[in-house]
Amino acid sequence: MTPAGEGDTSGERWALALAAIDVLVAAGNGIGGILLRARPGPVRDAWADALNLVIPSRRLPASADAEALDGGLDLTATLASGKPVHRAGIFADASGKALVVPMAERMNAGLAARLATAIDDGCPPLVLFDEGDPEDAERERIPQGLADRLAIHIDLNAVRLDMAALIAGEAPPPPLELLAEPGAIAKDPETALAVAAAALGIASIRAPIMAVRVARAHARARVADDAINHSRPDDIEALREADMAAAAALVLGPRATRVPPPPEEEPPPPEEQPDDQPPPEEPPPPPPPSDDHQGDDQDQPEPPPFDPTDMILDAAQTALPPGLLDALAAGTMGKAPKASGSSGAKQKSITSGRPAGVRPGMPGRGARLALIETIKTAAPWQKIRPVRDDGRLAIRTDDLRIRRFVAQTQSTTIFAVDASGSAAFARLAEAKGAVELLLAEAYVKRAEVALVAFRGTEAALALPPTRSLPRAKKELAGLAGGGGTPLAAGLDMARKVAEGEKARGRTPLVVVLTDGRANVGGSAGQSPQDAALASARAFRLSGVACVFIDCSPRPRPQGAELANAMGARLVTLPRVDAKSVVAAVKAASGGAV
Amino acid sequence: MAPPARTPFPFTAIVGQAEMKQALLLAAVEPRLGGVMVFGDRGTGKSTAVRALAGLLPPMKVVPGCRYKCAPDDRNACIEGCRDRAGKQVEESPVPFVDLPLGATEDRVVGSLDLERALATGEKRFEPGLLAKANRGFLYIDEINLLEDHLVDLLLDVAVSGTNVVEREGLSIRHPARFILVGSGNPEEGELRPQLLDRFGLSVDVRTPTDLGDRIEIVKRCDRFDRDPVAFVAEFQDSEQHTLEAIAKARKLLPRVQVEDAMLGLGAQLCSAVGADGLRGELTLLRAARAQAALAGKKHVKPHHVAEVATMALRHRLRRNVLDDTGSTARITRAIAELIPA
Repeated sequence: MTPAGEGDTSGERWALALAAIDVLVAAGNGIGGILLRARPGPVRDAWADALNLVIPSRRLPASADAEALDGGLDLTATLASGKPVHRAGIFADASGKALVVPMAERMNAGLAARLATAIDDGCPPLVLFDEGDPEDAERERIPQGLADRLAIHIDLNAVRLDMAALIAGEAPPPPLELLAEPGAIAKDPETALAVAAAALGIASIRAPIMAVRVARAHARARVADDAINHSRPDDIEALREADMAAAAALVLGPRATRVPPPPEEEPPPPEEQPDDQPPPEEPPPPPPPSDDHQGDDQDQPEPPPFDPTDMILDAAQTALPPGLLDALAAGTMGKAPKASGSSGAKQKSITSGRPAGVRPGMPGRGARLALIETIKTAAPWQKIRPVRDDGRLAIRTDDLRIRRFVAQTQSTTIFAVDASGSAAFARLAEAKGAVELLLAEAYVKRAEVALVAFRGTEAALALPPTRSLPRAKKELAGLAGGGGTPLAAGLDMARKVAEGEKARGRTPLVVVLTDGRANVGGSAGQSPQDAALASARAFRLSGVACVFIDCSPRPRPQGAELANAMGARLVTLPRVDAKSVVAAVKAASGGAV
Repeated sequence: MAPPARTPFPFTAIVGQAEMKQALLLAAVEPRLGGVMVFGDRGTGKSTAVRALAGLLPPMKVVPGCRYKCAPDDRNACIEGCRDRAGKQVEESPVPFVDLPLGATEDRVVGSLDLERALATGEKRFEPGLLAKANRGFLYIDEINLLEDHLVDLLLDVAVSGTNVVEREGLSIRHPARFILVGSGNPEEGELRPQLLDRFGLSVDVRTPTDLGDRIEIVKRCDRFDRDPVAFVAEFQDSEQHTLEAIAKARKLLPRVQVEDAMLGLGAQLCSAVGADGLRGELTLLRAARAQAALAGKKHVKPHHVAEVATMALRHRLRRNVLDDTGSTARITRAIAELIPA
């Protein structure tokens, strides 16, 4: 989405985000919670303030462990007092509050799994702040299993608020401005939502189920609101137009993977939609919030129930995920870059892995007390230490020992494949073969493989790091070849992916497959080859291990020069084939792959 | 997709997913099958189905106060001597359903020294973990393919031996841990090691229902269940009771179901035709066929029983060829068509 398009929907999105708060409160614990995509900033703060007005919130750091959630023995206090001291967990502490998780995209898989289970068992409503940069295709994501369980997805990245009001420190507008007109009663709302979900290409059946719950919660909130403002409460069982629109915009729209064809018009292919006009049709203008509640309308006879499917689709399109249309146009849908944030194992860990002895340290934050070792350490000192009144062992903080674990180092092999020119097909096919061969063995060592292809004018991450063979096959099947050689772009992309893997605690290894002759890239004063050399030197600074496979039929010095600049091991394979690539990779990684 | 209420969603109210439901029923009838692995997308009702089945099963008899839920007629001695303390008393307890979360520590899974007791009274006491809790019930692991390796190894060992051996923190304990392992996962998010996969008796693929009618029905049922769980459960009372009786009958009948030599031969032929490695596949195939016959109320295993369970018993055991894309299911279906005339 371009900024031009954002201006149009900013107000609507904000109203929707505020409506979500009411729905969350009215829904009880059936809908999981809210996933809010927003960079930290005044807009998000204003939303959090609005949330706080309605329901108190408890912050949950994304680094919390299971013990912090469920409570447990407070070891330090227990040892000090000589009798068990329990500490209440965050879940117990948060009953009646909303659990707010900032930086949720950094959440580890363990916490996400625990929260997902908690949602199934009915825990306090969760509010996750996804602070990832929406422009960054390589950003970390909230684990899908958890995101899917949160009914409401909101994107505030495109919302602009009135600066003057923010600067003046005015309170956010009260979140009671639900879509003002309740509208007519919807006929068969469950069917309509299920049909709409299918039309929007939402595979998970959880989405329409959640949508029904959100619609019902919206109806409850609306009726409660009406009861205050009017003397005539509405029937709580009936879902009206406004409820369906809210459910569509909060639940279905953000999950859409395709744009439904507009009914009864020549169906224009979605690719032709101009960027700045995301919905093919303008959504029905939401009735302007008015102070006058139009009591006259309430007295008119009820219009007959209507089929709300089209209305739902329109409403859902106000909340399509940003970039959906661009992604559809580029044909890159369905390539979620990463399953989860930091699921890679750490090399040395105090929380998980195989036990590897103990060391002095404080328990807590995931570290487990090694009781026996602690007592052993304290025992020799008992004679010198003052005798406790209760006759128990005197244990000091210095005596505390915690357990240590080691987790196996896990590696990611990143192939950067030159997909340009006439030799592209053979080279690509062998690179794909090498990926599949490596993955076929990968489950033993938990190794992951990624593939960056560069051709034409740019490099693309054709296969995000994965250890799944079916996924690799699926995504590499349609990889095209031909065109120029943007070697610099390819090297830069490989470095970015490698650095991302390092940040996940994995060990990256980059394998470059090219003939070493760049002919695209650079600028006015810089030849493509010089640009590639500059990228190669930048690569070297990142300290990522690399194998440079020169696969030109007659190796020329450019290849060696590049490999040297990258600090890479040079392998010349004039007749490249999958097996020898794998052998070269294995030799370079010392068997870690 | 679990509803907020504690009442589990009725098993028979789950729309579609016939293969998954069938596999779970077989596992409930014949616990020695070795569990069920469910492959599939998110939001396909996997956990709902497993929970529903656990809720459907009749309460089991246990020795009162036993932390491992020993059966009163189990002749193996309990490590805590529960039967000596309880005498002839018997208590009923619901079939346990234990959810093993991805981030679980080894301590929580196998159990550890009871710190509270150790500090308060100086007593060295074992605090049972999730494996003990799951004894005689279901152990459900969502996204098992993302589980840490060292936990997978540990689970493998316990699932095969039925005993959890704890040698840590100065404790030396072994306790029974016989459970039906139900795993689920999405193969596109990472593969499961073949060693672990092979331990699962049955494997099923679930897909998101694509039929619009089914999808609408699911949404409607969930909505009705949300709004009035009691009335919804009452509506399915009869079919739930029916399923329950079928399981009970099949369990009783199972020891008397005959597997004739011809069926043993058929099983062996089928396994070698599809290239399923190892004896485990053959054994599971016949056990599953036997359970299938028992569920149908038959005393003899017939070829169609074998055919009905072959896909789920063998699908995950075929030797994989990286360069051959033919699905395992297709290979098995072909072999069945050749060997077992319809």
